[in-house]
Amino acid sequence: MAARNRAKLPYLLVLPAVALLALFVVAPGVYALVLSFQARKVVGGLLGGGSRLVFVGLDNYGTALADPELWSSIVRMLLVALLFIPATVGGALLFALLLDVPRVRLARTTRLAIFLPYAVPGVIASLMWGFMYLPATSPIGGDHVDFFGSVTVFFSAANVAVWGSVGFNMIVIFTALRGLPSELYEAARIDGCSELRMALRIKIPLVLPAIAMCTLFTALASLQLFNEPNTLRPLSNAVSSTWVPLMKIYEDAFVNSDVNKAAATSVLFVVAALVVSLVASRTVSRVNR
Amino acid sequence: MTRIRLLPTAALVLGAIYCLVPTLWILIAATKSKTDLFSTATYLPSFGAGIWQNIVDLSTYQGGIFWQWMLNSFGYALIGGVLASLVSAACGYAIAMYSFRGRKVVFNTILACVLLPQIVLAIPQYLLLSNVGLTDSYLGVLLPQLFNPYGIYLCRIYAASSVPQSLLEAGRIDGASEWKLFHSVGLRLMGPGLITVFLLQFIAIWNNFLLPFVMVNSDDKFPLTVGLYSLLRHGAAEASLYSLVITGTLLSVLPVIALFLSLQRYWRLDLVTGALK
Repeated sequence: MAARNRAKLPYLLVLPAVALLALFVVAPGVYALVLSFQARKVVGGLLGGGSRLVFVGLDNYGTALADPELWSSIVRMLLVALLFIPATVGGALLFALLLDVPRVRLARTTRLAIFLPYAVPGVIASLMWGFMYLPATSPIGGDHVDFFGSVTVFFSAANVAVWGSVGFNMIVIFTALRGLPSELYEAARIDGCSELRMALRIKIPLVLPAIAMCTLFTALASLQLFNEPNTLRPLSNAVSSTWVPLMKIYEDAFVNSDVNKAAATSVLFVVAALVVSLVASRTVSRVNR
Repeated sequence: MTRIRLLPTAALVLGAIYCLVPTLWILIAATKSKTDLFSTATYLPSFGAGIWQNIVDLSTYQGGIFWQWMLNSFGYALIGGVLASLVSAACGYAIAMYSFRGRKVVFNTILACVLLPQIVLAIPQYLLLSNVGLTDSYLGVLLPQLFNPYGIYLCRIYAASSVPQSLLEAGRIDGASEWKLFHSVGLRLMGPGLITVFLLQFIAIWNNFLLPFVMVNSDDKFPLTVGLYSLLRHGAAEASLYSLVITGTLLSVLPVIALFLSLQRYWRLDLVTGALK
C-alpha cells in the first residue's frame, strides 16, 4: 500500500502545475501558431456572403516582417534597452558594493528605500514619473527641459524602468556579496588594501554569477517593455501607439483587429525571446563555471 | 578613516532620494486642488482641504469604483499568490524528493518556461480564452497567473536543501502516508522559502498590467493598474481628472509600501541568489 502511494503521489503533486502549463502556456502557444498560418477571407457573393478562416501558409509572417512599423519598434526597444540594462545592472552593483562597505551609515534605511520601487507597478511608476516630466506639473524643471523630446523620451522611458528595477537587482547582488566568506577580506585589509581595490579585485569577480543573472533578467525585462511607454503615451505625443514591439502586437490585435498578423508577430517574438534568453543563460552558466 | 566612509554614505543617500522622490512628489501633488495643481509651485504642498477633497472626489467617482479596483488588485494578488505558491510547492517538492518517470521532462520544460517572458503570452492567452468565454471574468485574470515556473524552480531548490530525505524515511517507517509527509513535514520545513515565493508572485500579480488590460473590459473587474490607466486616458481629454489620477496613484502606493515594510523580515532573497549555485 505504502509503495503504491509512493508511486502515485509525485504524479498527483506535479499534476496541477503540468495542467496549468498545458492550458496557459502550451495551448495558447499552439493556438497562436495555428492562427498565424490562417487569414480571414471574404467568401460568397452579395447574398449570404461572410468570411471564414483559410490556410495561408507563411503569408502573415511575410506581411508582419515587411511592416516597417515593426522594425522601428524593435529599434526603439533596443535603444531603451541600451540605456536600461547598463544603468540598472551598474547601479545595482554600485549600491550593493556601497552597502557592503564596513561601517557605512544609514545602510538599512537606504537599502529599503532603494528596494521599495520594486513593489510599485510599472504603470504607477510611469504615472508618477510622467507627471514629474509633464511641463505643467513638473518639479524637476520640465518647463525648461523637454522630457518628451525626440531623444530625451528614450531617457525618460528608460529612467522609469531603471527606477523600478535597480533595487531588486541590488538586493540580488548584495545577498551574493554577503554570502562571501569574510576571511577573504581579512588578509587584504591587513595588507592595507583599500575598499575600492578590494571591490574591484576581489568582490566583483566573485559575484560575477549574480551580475550575469541580473543582466539576463534585465535583458528579458526590456523585451517585455510595454507598461512604461504605454502609460506615458496619453501624456505625450512623443510615444506612438506602436512604440515598442509589444505595443505593435497589441495594436494589430485589438485596434486593427488583425488577429492573425498579431499571432504571427507574437510567434516571432516568442522565438526571439527564447533565443535571446538561451544565449544569455548559456553565457551565465559559462560565467558560473 | 571615518571621513572616507562619508562618500559611500552620501552616494547611498542620493540613491535613496532618487527612489523616494516620485512618491514624495505624488504626496505633495495630491494635497492640491484641481486648480492649484497647475498653478502653484510644483514642489510645495498645499495646506488647504485639497487632499481631503481629492479623496472624496475619487471615492465618489463612478460610484466609488476606485475602491473596487483596490479590492480587485488585492484579491487577484492574494488568491493568485497563495494558489500559485501551493502549486509551486507541490511540484517543486515532488521533483526534489521523488524519482518518477517523466520527472526530467517536466523539470526541463519548467526551466524553459522560466526563460520565456510570460508577458508575451498574454495576447495568445486572451485569444484562446475568448473561445471558451473566460475573458472579462475574474478567472481569466487569475488562472494564467497560477503557473509560476520560477516559483517551482525555487521550491525545488528549497525543498532539496531544507527537507532531509532521512526524515521522510523515518516517517515512512512510522507508517506515515506520503501525503501526510508532504503536508506535515515537507510544507512545514519549506515554510520560510514559500513565503518568499508567495511574496514574489504577489508582487508580480499586483504589478501586472498587460494581462488584465487585454483580458478584462468591464471596469468593475479592473485591478488598480488598469483602472488608473483608464482614468489617465480619460484625463487626456479632461484635465480635471489628473488630480484624481494623482490621488489614486498615491493611495495605491501606500498600502503596498506598508505591506512591504511589515513583511520585510520574511524576505529570503538569498534563496533567489542561492538558486544560482
